[in-house]
Amino acid sequence: MKFTDEQLERYSRHIILQNVGVTGQEKIMNGKVLIIGAGGLGAPAALYLAAAGVGTIGIVDGDVVDRTNLQRQVIHFTPDLNKPKVESAKEKMEAINPDVKVVTYKELVFANNIEGIIKDYDFIVDGTDNFPAKFLINDACVFNKKPFSHGGILRFDGQTMTYVPGEACYRCVFNSPPPKDAVPTCSQAGVLGAIAGMLGTIQAAEVLKFFIGEGELLTNRLLVFDALNMTFRTAPVKKNPNCPICGDNPTVTELVDAEQAMCDLRSRM
Amino acid sequence: MTLVGCGNDTKGGKEVKIVVNGKEQVLEQEKLTVTELLEINKVDMPDMVSVQLNGEFAKREEFARTQINDGDEIDFLYFMGGGK
Ligand SMILES: [Zn+2]
Repeated sequence: MKFTDEQLERYSRHIILQNVGVTGQEKIMNGKVLIIGAGGLGAPAALYLAAAGVGTIGIVDGDVVDRTNLQRQVIHFTPDLNKPKVESAKEKMEAINPDVKVVTYKELVFANNIEGIIKDYDFIVDGTDNFPAKFLINDACVFNKKPFSHGGILRFDGQTMTYVPGEACYRCVFNSPPPKDAVPTCSQAGVLGAIAGMLGTIQAAEVLKFFIGEGELLTNRLLVFDALNMTFRTAPVKKNPNCPICGDNPTVTELVDAEQAMCDLRSRM
Repeated sequence: MTLVGCGNDTKGGKEVKIVVNGKEQVLEQEKLTVTELLEINKVDMPDMVSVQLNGEFAKREEFARTQINDGDEIDFLYFMGGGK
């Protein structure tokens, strides 16, 4: 790949890094990443991945921008209210970096469409806000051998782990979606806006490390932080023989849409 | 995850030293299950936590009869469903 002078300048702080260099930047520019959810986690991830020059970035979200989003979904601005989130996100990503090809999917992921969407991508970022989607992404990525980054936030806490085929998956740790009545409703829970940025940028860093092939990914480790006390911990986890999808006697053998009480827009905080 | 009790003898009572989420806890109670440990740690929604005991995930349906022993390392890993 021939870099233009402009590209050499734009990516100079990457290229100067010993673990990146011209070769690493080239790998980033050949990378294809899919971000599912253009919200709290997806927003910072999309901004940094676009800035980094990831060649193709797909972004999936069925929602429009709502005023309650603006406290943390930093890719959407006040004038974007009521605009489809994927459109709003695409505009900002292209404005940061015209090199990037942004592909939008104005829809939610379900068992019947997720495989068709993820198939063109090298890495998937989970930026969704509900358990059915998180388990669906895991299952689709395990079945289709796609690496992905799991991310979850709640109040002042965040967690993330990176799946690569053959290693511990989200179900190895969390087995199956919690009962609906145990899940705090969106309006009860709340989230400190900056937490989304902390977690989404960790996910973006994992994507870039995956592309350049340097360092240790968050595989077989669950990173958990509590921003109220600002403590970080990495719990080692391993492939679970009782895992319902990748264990010794799998019970999950096809994709399903799990049920979940969806929060409507008005109750969403 | 064995049922072998091996608490230290201290003045008649037995105490159990374990590590929960990287922090040491000393428990007065010798015979303790995962369910009881969740209660002691004020986990009010046990359905929203995965429990790893010495590197192996405890089965949720066995929390009530899975024994905690002296020296065990336990991780409470909470479900976090947010992202938007
Ligand atoms: Zn698994």
